[in-house]
Amino acid sequence: MIYLQLFWSFFQIGLFSFGGGYAALPLIQQQVVGIHSWLTMSELTDLVTISQMTPGPIAINAATFVGTQIGGLPGAVVATLGCVLPSCVIVSLLAFLYYRYRSLTAIQGALYGLRPAVVALIASAGLSILLTALWGEGGFALAMPDVAAAVLFLGGFFVLRKWRRTDPILVMLGCGVLGAAVYLLIPGLM
Amino acid sequence: MQKRGFKLYWKLFTATFLLSAFTFGGGYVIVPLMKGRFVDDLHWLEEQEMLDLTAIAQSAPGPIAVNASILVGWRVAGPLGSAVAILGTVLPPLIILSVLSLFYAAFRSNRVVAALLKGMQAGVAAVIASVVCDMAGNILKEKKLLPDLIMAAAFLATWFFGVNVAWIILVCALTGIIYTFRHNRRGGEEAQT
Repeated sequence: MIYLQLFWSFFQIGLFSFGGGYAALPLIQQQVVGIHSWLTMSELTDLVTISQMTPGPIAINAATFVGTQIGGLPGAVVATLGCVLPSCVIVSLLAFLYYRYRSLTAIQGALYGLRPAVVALIASAGLSILLTALWGEGGFALAMPDVAAAVLFLGGFFVLRKWRRTDPILVMLGCGVLGAAVYLLIPGLM
Repeated sequence: MQKRGFKLYWKLFTATFLLSAFTFGGGYVIVPLMKGRFVDDLHWLEEQEMLDLTAIAQSAPGPIAVNASILVGWRVAGPLGSAVAILGTVLPPLIILSVLSLFYAAFRSNRVVAALLKGMQAGVAAVIASVVCDMAGNILKEKKLLPDLIMAAAFLATWFFGVNVAWIILVCALTGIIYTFRHNRRGGEEAQT
C-alpha cells in the first residue's frame, strides 16, 4: 500500500514538473509535505540542500530520499520508477511526433503558458522554505523571527545578486558555517 | 549505426553513469556535458540532432537529464538503449541518496550538524530567491501582458488559495496552447493581448 502511494506521488511529480531545475520543488512540497506528511518542511529543506551538493536531478534525489525513509530500499526504487515513468512515455511520444512532423507548435504553446506559472510555483515553494528558516516548522507567525537566519538569508541573497557568478553551493556552505558558529556560540538562538 | 552488442550497451551505461555521477545541481548543466561525450567523443549523434533532442528533453515533463538520456539511448540502441541509459542516469543519485538517507537521522541529531543545516536553510532560501528573481525578471522583461498575468494568477492560486499544483500546470499549459494557436491563425499580426 505504502509502495503504491510512493509510486503514485512520484509519478505525479514526474508528470507535472516542467522546465528542470527547481521546477519539481513545488510538486515535491505538495506531495511529500502537504498531502502525505512524509517529511516536515525542515526535512524537505535539508533534502534540497543535500540535492544541491550531490549529483543528480532533485526529483530523483527526493524520490530516493523519501522512498528510503518511508519504505527502505524497495521504497526508493519504487518512487524513482514512478518519477521516471511519465518521462519515458511522454519523451517517446514527443520524439515520435517530432521526427514525423518536425514541429511542436502545441508543445511550444503549452510551454509559453507554463514558463511564467513555473516561476510563480517555485517562488511559492521558496517562500515556504524561507518562512520555515525564519520562524521554524509552523511558518509565519507574529513572533520575532530567527535573527541569525534573517541576516544569513539577506547576506546570501546580497552576495548572489551582487556577484552573479558565485557558486550557489559556496553560498549555502558559507551560510551553514557562519550559522553553525552563531548557533553553537549562542545556544538560546536555536 | 553501431552493432548492438553487449559492448555498445555497456559503453552507453558507463557514459550515462559517469555523466550523471559528476553533474552537480542537475538540470541544464548536464546537456553541454552530454554533447561533449556523445557528439564530440563518441560521434553517436550530430551536433544539430543533439540540439533537437535537447529541445524535446526540455519540453517534456520530468528531470531534463533523464529525458535527454532516454532520447540518446533510443537513438543509439533503441528501446533497450533507453532503458540502459535511464539506469545509468538514475543509479548514481539512487546510490548516494540511499546511503545519505540511512545516516540522516543519526546525522541530523548531532548538534553541530543540526546547527550547520539550520544555517544552510537560510542559504538555500537565498539561492532559490535569487533564482526566482532571475526567472521572474526574464518574464517581466518581455513586457507581455499574458505571461505576467499567468505568473501573478499562479502565485495567488498556489500561495493564498492552496490550489493543487497539477491543476495550475494544466490550466496554464492549456491557456498557452489556445493563445499560441489563435495567435498563429491571425498570421502573426499584433494579436498580443
